[in-house]
Amino acid sequence: MELDSAILSRLQFAFTVSFHIIFPSITIGLATLIAIWEGLWLKTRNPLYLQLAKFWIKPFAITFGMGVVSGIVLSYEFGTNFSKFSELTGAVIGPLMAYEVLTAFFLEAGFLGVMLFGWQRVSARLHFFATCTVAVGTWISAFWIIAANSWMQTPAGHAIVDGKFVVESWFEVIFNPSMPYRLSHMLLATMLTAGLVVLATSAWYLRRKEHIAFARKGLSFSLWWILIFAPLQAFVGDLHGLNVKEHQPVKLAAMEGIWPAREQNVPLLLFAIPDPVQEKNHFEVAVPGMASLILTHDWHGELTGLQSVPKADRPNVPLVFYSFRIMVGLGVLMIVVALWGLWLRRREALYQQPQFLWLCSLLAPTGVISVLAGWYVVEIGRQPWIVYGLVRTREVVSPLPPERVALSLTLFVLTYSLLFGVWLYFFRKLIKKGPPPLESLQQHLIGVEASGYALALTKTLQTAEGNNRHAEGAK
Amino acid sequence: MDLPLFYFLLLGFAILMYVLLDGFDLGIGILYPWFRDEADKDQLMRSISHVWDGNETWLVFGGVILFGAFPAAYAGLTSALYAPIMLMLIGLIFRGVAFEYRFKSTTSKRWWNRAFAIGSTVAAFCQGLMLGVLIGGTPLVSASPLDLLTPFTLFTGFALLAGYALLGCTYLVMKCRDERQQRAARYGRRLVWVLMGAMLVVSISTAVGSDEIWQRWFGGWHFLWLWPLPLLSVLAARLLYRDLGRVQRQLKAGALPHSRHEDRPFWLAVSLFALGFAGLLVSLFPAIMPGKLSYIEAAAPQASLQFMLPGVLIFVPLILAYTCWGYRIFAGKVEDFTEGY
Ligand code: HDD
Ligand code: HEM
Ligand code: HEM
Repeated sequence: MELDSAILSRLQFAFTVSFHIIFPSITIGLATLIAIWEGLWLKTRNPLYLQLAKFWIKPFAITFGMGVVSGIVLSYEFGTNFSKFSELTGAVIGPLMAYEVLTAFFLEAGFLGVMLFGWQRVSARLHFFATCTVAVGTWISAFWIIAANSWMQTPAGHAIVDGKFVVESWFEVIFNPSMPYRLSHMLLATMLTAGLVVLATSAWYLRRKEHIAFARKGLSFSLWWILIFAPLQAFVGDLHGLNVKEHQPVKLAAMEGIWPAREQNVPLLLFAIPDPVQEKNHFEVAVPGMASLILTHDWHGELTGLQSVPKADRPNVPLVFYSFRIMVGLGVLMIVVALWGLWLRRREALYQQPQFLWLCSLLAPTGVISVLAGWYVVEIGRQPWIVYGLVRTREVVSPLPPERVALSLTLFVLTYSLLFGVWLYFFRKLIKKGPPPLESLQQHLIGVEASGYALALTKTLQTAEGNNRHAEGAK
Repeated sequence: MDLPLFYFLLLGFAILMYVLLDGFDLGIGILYPWFRDEADKDQLMRSISHVWDGNETWLVFGGVILFGAFPAAYAGLTSALYAPIMLMLIGLIFRGVAFEYRFKSTTSKRWWNRAFAIGSTVAAFCQGLMLGVLIGGTPLVSASPLDLLTPFTLFTGFALLAGYALLGCTYLVMKCRDERQQRAARYGRRLVWVLMGAMLVVSISTAVGSDEIWQRWFGGWHFLWLWPLPLLSVLAARLLYRDLGRVQRQLKAGALPHSRHEDRPFWLAVSLFALGFAGLLVSLFPAIMPGKLSYIEAAAPQASLQFMLPGVLIFVPLILAYTCWGYRIFAGKVEDFTEGY
């Protein structure tokens, strides 16, 4: 394979977007959890909930920061590296991203300041409002970007005029056939990812016999959370698969490793080594007829295989095939752990069982890994198309000299590797430091004790100076 | 009003907002090496840690408005400016993460200071450089990044650094007390001279460099209604210089500076930027890719422009409102609070 600027641009996009998605998949779920804990604290006044919120807000903040800086890169990369793509589809994708900025990014950024630094400046209720706004902002952001991506997977509602896409129905563009499935699957994925990080951290504390009350609350809460969301995720994933079968049959064939143009009674491959040259699988471990049953609800149902299209129109089968198995495998593991937790809870041994705690503490990265694997299925499975069935990726890269892309890719790899290490280091450091002690929580919360305290303080200070102009706000 | 013009003006507004808002916080990064003390550095960073994210969002907004409303220009400009954009983004990454990590670090603080200062400087310099490049016309995608480096573009790069640093100084005069405020005022006064000199050089060389731009300013009766732009700039600079001097003198006399003199410099610096921007608009209108495309030629189909319109009309005022609210919550001098999360 020659390293031309098309390959390099794709590699760079794949690398930078993969790096980016690590952070949103944690922050979306974590923002939601923090909002819930803060709400529970306001309602029950149980200080453990406040402790959970105040503890997790720090890892949340550093993760959010990473999400922001890596996201800005992406919003420019569409133009820098895929200029023809931007020109062709700009009228469709651009407005969706404009709405994302208008309705989500500004909202997140605007209220994040208050959420992080405003504890002493606003009342408890207003602070809770800010936290909720940030959480809702992250969901809205997912909504728009997933709409844009789903349109590239299952384009609808457009017409092509002079070779460029124009929109005929915005409703069909946004709610294109795969969008509802992808959005719900992605949001569930973020809930799971954050839940698993909380679960693993709590289990780790329990194993080390530290911060016991705090860790028990975290473990118990996150296990309920996963018990709800993991099975739901599998259910939605199944629906998602049916949707892929309908709209992107070749991708489905790659996910399931089906080679013949049409096949009946398709087995479900638990393991295999797909071989794109000989167009068959080696070392199959299979459950006969199961894939047909799952996807057509009939043991003998017929599925389309890879040979139904020319080689040039097939994606990289092994990558899609393995990624899919990693995601589903980890999804099943999550369900198993949640059920095991439920069983232990029944026997009142939840916090003592060492093997269980050990397993839980290993689960920390599984959410992120499944998210990445899932996206590889979606994106690599879409190839060679950038807009499925309509525009080929190869044809729309910027006419850049390869050295330039190679250089920027190198810079990104260096920068991101460094930053990823730094992020892990600080994440670990914050976790090792443990939650803020219950006694000192109160003094972090002057504004909550006497709402408006801080503003009042500023005002008195200013009157002392003999003016009150600052009340207008130091812009 | 026709929609392409509306989006062209909206784009201008987004860029101006970005330059003003991220300008002052990039400016603080640029000034970082001049404040040696760790305590100073703490306060400087704290004065903006709650707003930098929102400020940078205007850059994203500018990008996506260009993408959604003028896809051809987005595609053409970003790929032609590939190298400076990538470098700017990497600069922004380093300075952006420094906010989070600096306060949580013990041993690596030095490195985060550097990441913040160098990242801010590189990002600002690249922006100035791109401005210079675009004044001279959109380059070819195949042009080597080294071709973008001319004496003029280097000059605009440094000029923007000075401008952002001035904005940063005036922000600090507003947000800090005592010694720090004193210093910000002192640096600010020097930067007023630098910036005015730079604006003069850029204006003259832009006007002389292109017949068309010369005609636009001096042809016919044009100058008759354009003269307020340079005149007001000089006036703003003069007032700014005086206010900063007053703050310095009051502090030296051991008095608390009058709040009018603390706040006004920032707004004067803002108006200097706004006037400079207006001048640029006069020179370049209606080009969106100077020398290549006008905004009319680059505009997206009507359906896309119409679709974004309600979003813009509803959300831009809302965004401005809650942004102001956010600044208001954090009003007052940074030193008066010990806060964190
Ligand atoms: C499902 C969620 C999701 C997905 C698939 C993406 N993002 Fe993202 N993005 C977010 C969810 C998110 C977020 C949760 O809203 C972030 C993460 C952390 C944060 O600060 O906001 C964010 C931040 C973020 C920012 C910075 C926002 C700011 O200034 O505050 C930009 C510009 C982008 N993203 C752009 C993109 C692009 C161009 C993507 C696709 C190629 C993309 N994101 C994929
Ligand atoms: C956030 C999670 C995502 C991940 C992990 C991801 C992953 C990838 C990968 C691995 C590729 C390279 C495929 C290849 O060239 O073989 C790719 C390409 C691409 N993706 Fe995504 N993607 C994500 C989200 C998105 C979204 C939300 C969009 C659009 C709105 C998008 C648009 C693109 C584009 C334009 C390309 C480049 C062209 C191409 O190679 O097809 N991606 N992505
Ligand atoms: C347990 C059974 C699961 C099934 C049957 C399943 C099914 C699927 C399918 C069919 C796709 C591909 C859609 C396409 O190509 O367009 C997909 C994508 C994806 N999966 Fe899963 N999945 C499962 C579990 C999980 C888990 C546990 C996670 C993460 C925690 C996850 C995260 C993702 C993500 C992020 C994507 C890409 C974005 C999206 O389509 O929403 N999946 N999944």
